[in-house]
Amino acid sequence: MATSFSATLPLHGSQENRLLLPPIRLAPPPSSFLGSTRSLTIPSSRRLYHAHAARRSPVVGVQEVVKEKKVTNSLVLCILITKEEGLVLYEDMILGRSFEDMCAQMYYRGKMFGFVHLYNGQEAVSTGFIKLLTQSDSVVSTYRDHVHALSKGVSARAVMSELFGKVTGCCRGQGGSMHMFSKEHNMLGGFAFIGEGIPVATGAAFTSKYKREVLKQDCEDVTVAFFGDGTCNNGQFYECLNMAALYKLPIIFVVENNLWAIGMSHLRSTSDPEIWKKGPAFGMPGVHVDGMDVLKVREVAKEAVTRARRGEGPTLVECETYRFRGHSLADPDELRDAAEKAKYAARDPITALKKYLVENKLANEGELKTIEKKIDELVEEAVEFADASPQPGRSQLLENVFADPKGFGIGPDGRYRCEDPKFTEGTAQV
Amino acid sequence: MWGILRRSAVDGGGFSASSLRRTRFSLVSARSYAAGSKEMTVRDALNSAIDEEMSADPKVFVMGEEVGQYQGAYKITKGLLEKYGPERVYDTPITEAGFTGIGVGAAYAGLKPVVEFMTFNFSMQAIDHIINSAAKSNYMSAGQINVPIAFRGPNGAAAGVGAQHSQCYAAWYASVPGLKVLAPYSAEDARGLLKAAIRDPDPVVFLENELLYGESFPISEEALDSSFCLPIGKAKIEREGKDVTITTFSKMVGFALKAAEKLAEEGIGAEVINLRSIRPLDRATINASVRKTSRLVTVEEGFPQHGVCAEICASVVEESFSYLDAPVARIAGADVPMPYAANLERLALPQVEDIVRAAKRACYRSK
Repeated sequence: MATSFSATLPLHGSQENRLLLPPIRLAPPPSSFLGSTRSLTIPSSRRLYHAHAARRSPVVGVQEVVKEKKVTNSLVLCILITKEEGLVLYEDMILGRSFEDMCAQMYYRGKMFGFVHLYNGQEAVSTGFIKLLTQSDSVVSTYRDHVHALSKGVSARAVMSELFGKVTGCCRGQGGSMHMFSKEHNMLGGFAFIGEGIPVATGAAFTSKYKREVLKQDCEDVTVAFFGDGTCNNGQFYECLNMAALYKLPIIFVVENNLWAIGMSHLRSTSDPEIWKKGPAFGMPGVHVDGMDVLKVREVAKEAVTRARRGEGPTLVECETYRFRGHSLADPDELRDAAEKAKYAARDPITALKKYLVENKLANEGELKTIEKKIDELVEEAVEFADASPQPGRSQLLENVFADPKGFGIGPDGRYRCEDPKFTEGTAQV
Repeated sequence: MWGILRRSAVDGGGFSASSLRRTRFSLVSARSYAAGSKEMTVRDALNSAIDEEMSADPKVFVMGEEVGQYQGAYKITKGLLEKYGPERVYDTPITEAGFTGIGVGAAYAGLKPVVEFMTFNFSMQAIDHIINSAAKSNYMSAGQINVPIAFRGPNGAAAGVGAQHSQCYAAWYASVPGLKVLAPYSAEDARGLLKAAIRDPDPVVFLENELLYGESFPISEEALDSSFCLPIGKAKIEREGKDVTITTFSKMVGFALKAAEKLAEEGIGAEVINLRSIRPLDRATINASVRKTSRLVTVEEGFPQHGVCAEICASVVEESFSYLDAPVARIAGADVPMPYAANLERLALPQVEDIVRAAKRACYRSK
């Protein structure tokens, strides 16, 4: 049985069925928010899962979804987006896509190294959520974090330089692809261990609540934690669902369910593959949304963020999405079915949004082309900038280990090591 | 002479559980303790340190299992819930990874959590957050995100608690760059170092010892002041001597002091160094002492391989080789998981006799 937000609110006392917009919709069942995917995605996703399990081609199910979606899209969602908003979303998704494509090129040319995980295909999730946040809201991500950082406002130059390992990177070359941090934009990382970001995000949300209740500051900041389907089998995920609901923290748990954890299919590794169901088990709403449709994601995100800002607690959002490339640039991606990839490629979120904007006369091809060109130039410029930037100096090796560098201890001369200028230059005997 | 008299006057009680305390007045400088007028248990010292830091800074909060209504598993956080309320003293579910991560996330966002582990053995379930999210973050973010968090709890062996509750984690945490690791012994150490840990802008692992909680130590007026803080990275010379240097930390300091007494009866002057800070290690003090005495005996409770003692020995051999008159000696816990039976447990941990024997061997005085 599908869960909309209303299904679990009674647990928390009185429920207000607040609608964001007048209820114009095709599907009859009442729901507390527009863009409900109840009648749409749950049955088809069930079909999809069962199809996978039975090893039959999922073609039929997906096409039906696309058809239904098209119809509902134009009737239900056309009043939900203005031209400006549409162009912002489009630009953000194009930025994510171009940037990641450029990363692949640079990697194969040897400019980038180590582990690089690309986000192609999942842009709708990042754009859909992060474009609703303010600068002081926090985002916590995993190793697949380039696009989250970009959407949150970190400049393409800073991210590209970081990937090249240059001193002008957002973390001065000390973090790398998997550790994008930006205090200015409240991008709290970039974590390599899956599940590691979830408690950290819960802590950031905890701080919002603490600031409000204990420090008596005005704080409406929410935190959005992004993670994948594989993470949902990790203990920390459940620990945090429990505590977030227990303490009613302003956090949104966003599952980017792309059905694959490297080569492990979600269905092979999970006893109950429907992750959104795990929310109500902990006392929070669990929502499933089509993650290849940025407008649907945005609708769900709006409700979840508003809930969190109102102090009503956490939400678990499962976005059904897909990564067009392998797990990382080193992954040969042999286990995924070509037909599956083709079907999701047909649901490319950027193509879908473009089609939508043009069909609903919100923008014309020319404007969209201008945006694409602008982004291409931006990404190229970012590469040039990163190329031209210097590598970190030798003295940077010992910097920033501690906020209080006295932590390096006392040297043989009895003074703190950090007071010796040779230490920071990297020429002292350590 | 005066030095030794002064030191033994103050720390003569050492580890003894009996209430026989020598309270000789100290006759010398202002740097020494006030005349044994006040005594404080380590438990009260820790409690008062947390209390004062919480009242000084509203961003400090306590989080852990049983810290609130139960008043603390070892009563260290007694009274804090009543005083500061449930918004600042959190009783967590049994989710070490979860609540440690939440603490780290809160520290990222600007608060100052004090995360209690019921014992540091349980920190193994959260070690990913201590090392990867806390210790490494300032570096990975190039200084943008520092983590002003303190992890505290009892470490090392207690009495008869078995293998899974008795490990000493000093060596593990002290090997990680980005962390500061402290191990207090006396009440003054406990107060000063915990206050320093809570105020520190970096992640600090604060290793207490369950058997020391009930121990009383004399405490000076200076240490009772609410702004009292001990510097991180400085060891303390508990007892001066000129024949052999004994370095140790936490509960073993008491054993070493008792050993020093026994050695003094045989004419061997042992210098006992209380490390206080495992990371950063005060190599300067240790090496200066070894250069004076020419002999080193390092003592710890943890497993011998790759332990704190190994690091100290390596450091001394590297820096003061030509001053050594005898091979460096390590006394550590036995290389076995801690047995349960009381006699076996005693055998698995360093005892005063072991320290005495090693010191005598270093002085070429034993068979």
